[in-house]
Amino acid sequence: MHPMTQTPAGPATLGVGYPESSASLRRLETMLTIRVYEEHTVELQRQGAPGTCTSVGQEACAVGVVAALDRRDRLLTNHRSAGHLIARGAEPRRLFAEVLGRTDGYCGGHSGSLHISARELGVVLTSTIVGGELSMAPGVALAQKLGQGEPGGIVAVFFGDGAACEGIFHESLNLAVQWQLPLLFVCENNQWQAFVHRRETMPEDGISAWARGHGLPVRSIDGNDVEAVYAAALEAVAQIRADGRPRFIELQTYRQRGHFEPDDQSYVDPAELAGWLERDPIRVQTERLMAAGMFDTAGLAALQERVRAQLADALAFAQASPWPAPEGLTDHVYA
Amino acid sequence: MARMTVEKAIALALREELGRDPRVLLLGEGVATKHQDLVRDFGGARVRNTPLAEAIIAGTAVGAAASGLRPVIDLLFAPFMAYAMDALVNSAGKLRYLSGGQFSFPLVAMGLTGTGWCVGAQHNHNLEAMFVHAPGLKVVMPAEPVDVRGLLRSAIRDDNPVLFFTDLGLLHQEGEVPDDPEHLVAIGQAAVRRTGSDVTIVSYAKTVGVCLKAAEALSAQQVSAEVIDLRSLKPLDEAAILTSVRKTGRLIVVHEASGLCGIAAEVAALAATRAFDALRAPVVRLTGPDAPIASSWALEQAAVPQPDAVVRAALGLVRGIDRVPPSEPTATFA
Repeated sequence: MHPMTQTPAGPATLGVGYPESSASLRRLETMLTIRVYEEHTVELQRQGAPGTCTSVGQEACAVGVVAALDRRDRLLTNHRSAGHLIARGAEPRRLFAEVLGRTDGYCGGHSGSLHISARELGVVLTSTIVGGELSMAPGVALAQKLGQGEPGGIVAVFFGDGAACEGIFHESLNLAVQWQLPLLFVCENNQWQAFVHRRETMPEDGISAWARGHGLPVRSIDGNDVEAVYAAALEAVAQIRADGRPRFIELQTYRQRGHFEPDDQSYVDPAELAGWLERDPIRVQTERLMAAGMFDTAGLAALQERVRAQLADALAFAQASPWPAPEGLTDHVYA
Repeated sequence: MARMTVEKAIALALREELGRDPRVLLLGEGVATKHQDLVRDFGGARVRNTPLAEAIIAGTAVGAAASGLRPVIDLLFAPFMAYAMDALVNSAGKLRYLSGGQFSFPLVAMGLTGTGWCVGAQHNHNLEAMFVHAPGLKVVMPAEPVDVRGLLRSAIRDDNPVLFFTDLGLLHQEGEVPDDPEHLVAIGQAAVRRTGSDVTIVSYAKTVGVCLKAAEALSAQQVSAEVIDLRSLKPLDEAAILTSVRKTGRLIVVHEASGLCGIAAEVAALAATRAFDALRAPVVRLTGPDAPIASSWALEQAAVPQPDAVVRAALGLVRGIDRVPPSEPTATFA
């Protein structure tokens, strides 16, 4: 079963003793899967694999929004895409294979970690050019509006505060509003734009004021609370399906790791980072579930153990996957 | 046959393809204003004016193309494409490859360029070679109404992104266009505009006309020039170039775009690497300078390869450079 269908069990089903029907617990498991997956990609980089841009600390944004979408919908994402892909049901073994440049990757090893698309999951047109996803999203939504997608489908585009500083941000919002496109803008404001803090680049703490200026409904949400993200996304998605017009959600979150691996983060204020680590999205959700009596320390340990085992298997698969043949170097340049 | 201008040939091709395939869209600054008949016949959903924002026009075309539509975007003047570079080069040109072939980008980006209107360098910049250098794109730049119509139709039907450049100076030039509703011109095929045996002159767009004038003048001096119109710059019709060079043994490449790393350099390299044994003289390039193009008529025309320069170069190759001093009078043109 696929998590995007909102059916009880995700791809990594919960073990005996856990409430299978608990969507909240499933969201925790997905966040944990993303976290452990990215811990592996960091370690792979240390061992010589290409560098990667992680989304550590932003898992609730991906999981909360993607949980509100369904199979008909399409997503555009960016260089920090692991969360969106895994939340959408991407197989970690094929993601690892892609990161390692192997044939079993979603893009046959052509992409690496930075621009992974998985058409079969509706994850289309990932761009690592900051703002590239915003430039293409209205076109995907226009195709949807003109009958090319599945009936009732909408489009969601994920980007950050850095992309919001590109001119294309405004061009994209303006066109989506003017053409009444079924498009959900999801701004993960992670406070960092490569190596520059957001406070150096814009006069306000968030992106929402800019978005409101374009005349579409805007909400600003705690991006480290997966349930709050899910609720806001669910509402926005329902509204878009109802009237076919765009919505904007800003998720306040924090990039816990550097811009790119490796990155010693020497430029990061330790107090600020520590403050956000206190509000780590996995910790927030774990504590919520424990407080609700749905979970205990032993349960958490078992969940972590299972996720780690699954990802270890996935990594082993990827490491055994063959390299692409050099003869295929120029395959897929032209249709 | 119908006689029509390049401008009318563009409109005809758009009408034909909008009518043939419901997935074809026309987007751009003023396309609905300019083509009200197309809005009337195909609807405002498919023929859309856009904000004056080239980056989002091109990006929207890329997203739509990957999602099942076949957009044609009019970006007006070629230098405005600099704003659209990310969508065209980084997205349309690369995301098919980077995705392992999951997506294709059937779109056409149109732009005007070239001398003749004295519009200056921010409206006239022959930057076609920039796009030739970008993987995943095709580039065409026709010289006659028949090819404008036939190549634009082929570009719209192509499953790859195609840059379609129209020479400003040709916009109102007339030519014969076949009545055949299925007439197409294949991308990647050059045309021999005049056959000859002494020297091959390769060009494209309105500079083909310059070369034909030069060939006529050369004929009066008993020099037989073959003139090749590339029509497509990528893919380049290597076979047509090599066949002609092997026949004549001499090659001149002429275009308005600047020379450094340009189309002429590529054609010259092609001859040097694949037909070196056939060359009887060094290859000559006649191109625009490495300078922005001025608005002043005098300066604009000074930047353009003129027929007498082509004649001089051909005589130099055929008779020996030493016997054609720079002061030798050549044909003059009205």
